[in-house]
Amino acid sequence: MWVLLGIAVIVAGFVLRFNPLLVILVSALVTGIAAGLDPVAIIAAFGRAFNEARYVSVVWLVLPVVGMLEAFGLQERARALIERMRGATVGRLLTGYMLLRQATAAVGLISIAGHAQTVRPLVAPMAEAAGDRQAEVLGEDEREEVKAWSAATDNVGVFFGEDIFLAIGSILLIKGLLEQYGYDIEPLHLSVWAIPTAIAAALIHGFRLWRLDRRLNRLGLAEDGA
Amino acid sequence: MITIQWVYTLAGAVFAAFALLGLRDASNPRRWGTSAFWGLLALSMWAGDSLGDFGNGVLVLCLVAIAGFGLLGKGTSGEVPAEARRERSETFGNGLFTVALIIPITALVGTFVFKQIPEWVDPRQTTLISLGLGVLIALGAGYAWLRAGALVPLEQGRRLMDSVGWAAILPQMLASLGAVFALAGVGEVVGDIVRLAIPEGSLFGAVVAYALGMALFTMVMGNAFAAFPVMTAAIGIPLLIERYGGEPAIVCAIGMLAGFCGTLMTPMAANFNLVPAALLELKDEYGVIRRQVGTAIPLLAVNILLIWWLAF
Repeated sequence: MWVLLGIAVIVAGFVLRFNPLLVILVSALVTGIAAGLDPVAIIAAFGRAFNEARYVSVVWLVLPVVGMLEAFGLQERARALIERMRGATVGRLLTGYMLLRQATAAVGLISIAGHAQTVRPLVAPMAEAAGDRQAEVLGEDEREEVKAWSAATDNVGVFFGEDIFLAIGSILLIKGLLEQYGYDIEPLHLSVWAIPTAIAAALIHGFRLWRLDRRLNRLGLAEDGA
Repeated sequence: MITIQWVYTLAGAVFAAFALLGLRDASNPRRWGTSAFWGLLALSMWAGDSLGDFGNGVLVLCLVAIAGFGLLGKGTSGEVPAEARRERSETFGNGLFTVALIIPITALVGTFVFKQIPEWVDPRQTTLISLGLGVLIALGAGYAWLRAGALVPLEQGRRLMDSVGWAAILPQMLASLGAVFALAGVGEVVGDIVRLAIPEGSLFGAVVAYALGMALFTMVMGNAFAAFPVMTAAIGIPLLIERYGGEPAIVCAIGMLAGFCGTLMTPMAANFNLVPAALLELKDEYGVIRRQVGTAIPLLAVNILLIWWLAF
């Protein structure tokens, strides 16, 4: 039972906002000591696992390519692609973005978009502008809400697209764990089973964005009537 | 034969380049710590197998010390001005997407082709070897077609790496924590507790416990990577796969996605849920999570049904 103390450390550490790497290491130490291991053995066990899990960090190899393409205007090009969409509402714009994010994540292009790169400078302002047209002018609460929807949509898109890509960390983690139990499974065989959930995520989140559109449109109609 | 070690060597070279180039970045007030951090990762990639278990543990301690004492930073220089990027994007047009697609396409093709030549390429590691190869081809295309300066990819890559910072090794650290948890038997204890809640002999009950357990434990840990080994060792493998004969690939792939539903609902996943709220200057720091709960809960229910229908 005492080994669960490590989980308590994780929760407390995050709540108190310590550096997550530090929290993880302390949690490992507490867990190991609770299980009767001596500190040297715990450090060694952690080091061994860290070395065996290096494949998880191999994915950063792509950064030089991404950085090079961004320096040559990849984001600007993607932006132009999105801006050409006409008749945009908040719901349509964000649904389109979600599908684009799912599709690009599914082929491994995870860092071509994100909260810092696209949501703040691009998606949120576009969504606000669309919302302003729909509801005449957005109230302060609705404006906050539209911005939050923009970030939420990015998360949903990337979470339920990325596992379709073969070389993503989580797929490799599943493969590694199953290997330990004697099941040798191809990454491709794992990633195809991410597709049903990806479709469900698009339908559920898309439906909620459609309802957001209806609500914003009603606000606009009420404004016109007044 | 090409093995995973070749990919680690390549990754080590990239991290070493980040470390060396970072030293020149006078706009980064913490460039020594930053450089040491990427340098240690390069060492891990290159020499991890000869450091020994305790040596690797000490390496991790150093990485954590650098991050924990706030010695990692990032510079402000090196970004290409927006005007120049716009001009270039008009010059090169949609071909930029083609270069961006080289890596995923190489990964996909390599996974199939390398299987045919197992005496040349380690057949167990084709995906990662293809990834490394794709990076090299894309860089080659960049040099040839975009005429990128020799150091441009590494300099720009370093800039992106520095803005990711210590979070870059969070998944690897959590995977290692999972190994210590396994050694200490945390999975068994959590599993015992979860199993108490499963009605004996109920397949559906076991599926619900696995998916719900993934989501809840992910909320506690802030990352599905950490929950996955625990819940899979506790319920996924012994109950769903071994006792009820579930298809391992389906149970695990969709189980991981049930965990992602938990990620949408927790402040522990700060980089996804709290950072954007700050970036967008929302008054409510949980504003993003509030918008996500309505998608996460029905999607979790869908995942439970998908495992139940597809895996058995």
